[in-house]
Amino acid sequence: MGEVIVITSGKGGVGKTTTTANIGTALAALGYKVVLVDTDIGLRNLDVVLGLENRIVYDIVDVTHGHCRMKQALIKDKRFEGLHLLPAAQTKDKTAVTPDQMKELCRDLKKEFDYVIIDCPAGIEQGFKNAIAGAEKAVVVTTPEVSAVRDADRIIGLLEAAELHDPKLIVNRIRPLMVKKGDMMSIEDIIDILAIDLLGVVPEDEMIVVTTNKGEPAVLDNNSRAGQAYRNMARRITGEDVPLMDLQDDTGFINRLKKLIGFK
Amino acid sequence: MLDFLLRVFGRETSSSKNVAKERLRLVLVHDRADMSPQLLQELKEDLIKVISNYMEIDENALEVNLDTSDNSVALVANIPIIRMKRSSNRAEKIG
Repeated sequence: MGEVIVITSGKGGVGKTTTTANIGTALAALGYKVVLVDTDIGLRNLDVVLGLENRIVYDIVDVTHGHCRMKQALIKDKRFEGLHLLPAAQTKDKTAVTPDQMKELCRDLKKEFDYVIIDCPAGIEQGFKNAIAGAEKAVVVTTPEVSAVRDADRIIGLLEAAELHDPKLIVNRIRPLMVKKGDMMSIEDIIDILAIDLLGVVPEDEMIVVTTNKGEPAVLDNNSRAGQAYRNMARRITGEDVPLMDLQDDTGFINRLKKLIGFK
Repeated sequence: MLDFLLRVFGRETSSSKNVAKERLRLVLVHDRADMSPQLLQELKEDLIKVISNYMEIDENALEVNLDTSDNSVALVANIPIIRMKRSSNRAEKIG
């Protein structure tokens, strides 16, 4: 029996979809059977981040309404045998699926897969309620900004109210140099405020833009620091004890030299 | 001027991170004080129970609200008293 994990944040644009794609891909690379579920009906994006947008025939609404069988809607990843995507519908809205239907869907999926990872839409309305309905564990993504941390706090409260206890935190897009200068909240500051356990920290990384452009998750690129952070998080999800990576910016001469030799 | 000097020598007293933390702290005090009406009703009923031991109050005119001002949240109750009791019910029970 697999595990259902929802990736949520409250605020939009903090990296839920990127996180879902990367942790899912990293888990598949470790040999697990993984399905990524896009619940952002009307604004689907997980397909393009994964580079699978051309293969969609059926979507989550088709499955929950019985228009097709689950197997027909699942898209197999081109890189990893174990990785699958259940895409969101693009032409419907959030009310096309109910929390009860989501519970049933998750129940079915976790029979087949080791990890069911749900990409939650931004906001706290119906889409959020659907996304968390069938989940057993929750991950909250935030960035070191007042608005994102505030929304994360609200989401943590709502998860608690929905009996999804003990969510884990991902702090995304941290810039160690700015933290050092005192111009960005540190991991400690954010944990102090939100009072939940850390799953991982992702340093700001331009490679994310590049890999997303290509539709290839950053975890596939060994030079991407964000990719490394996501690989570590995937291992933590499987129960392995992985220390936080060194967050020093690679702007030093030696590091730039390494980067130059490493690729390009 | 002093502030500027401290900035130049890298010992800023009010780095923008601290500003962010303080603003977050205040905004979360307000956000988290958002009590559900149901919980507030339960609090009201409990308050009536306790206060009724000591005085007779006008339950219909009783008002209990969370008052959020700039940097604090207060529980504000307006409880009209009809009559004071000479001894509390509790004391009677014990006696």
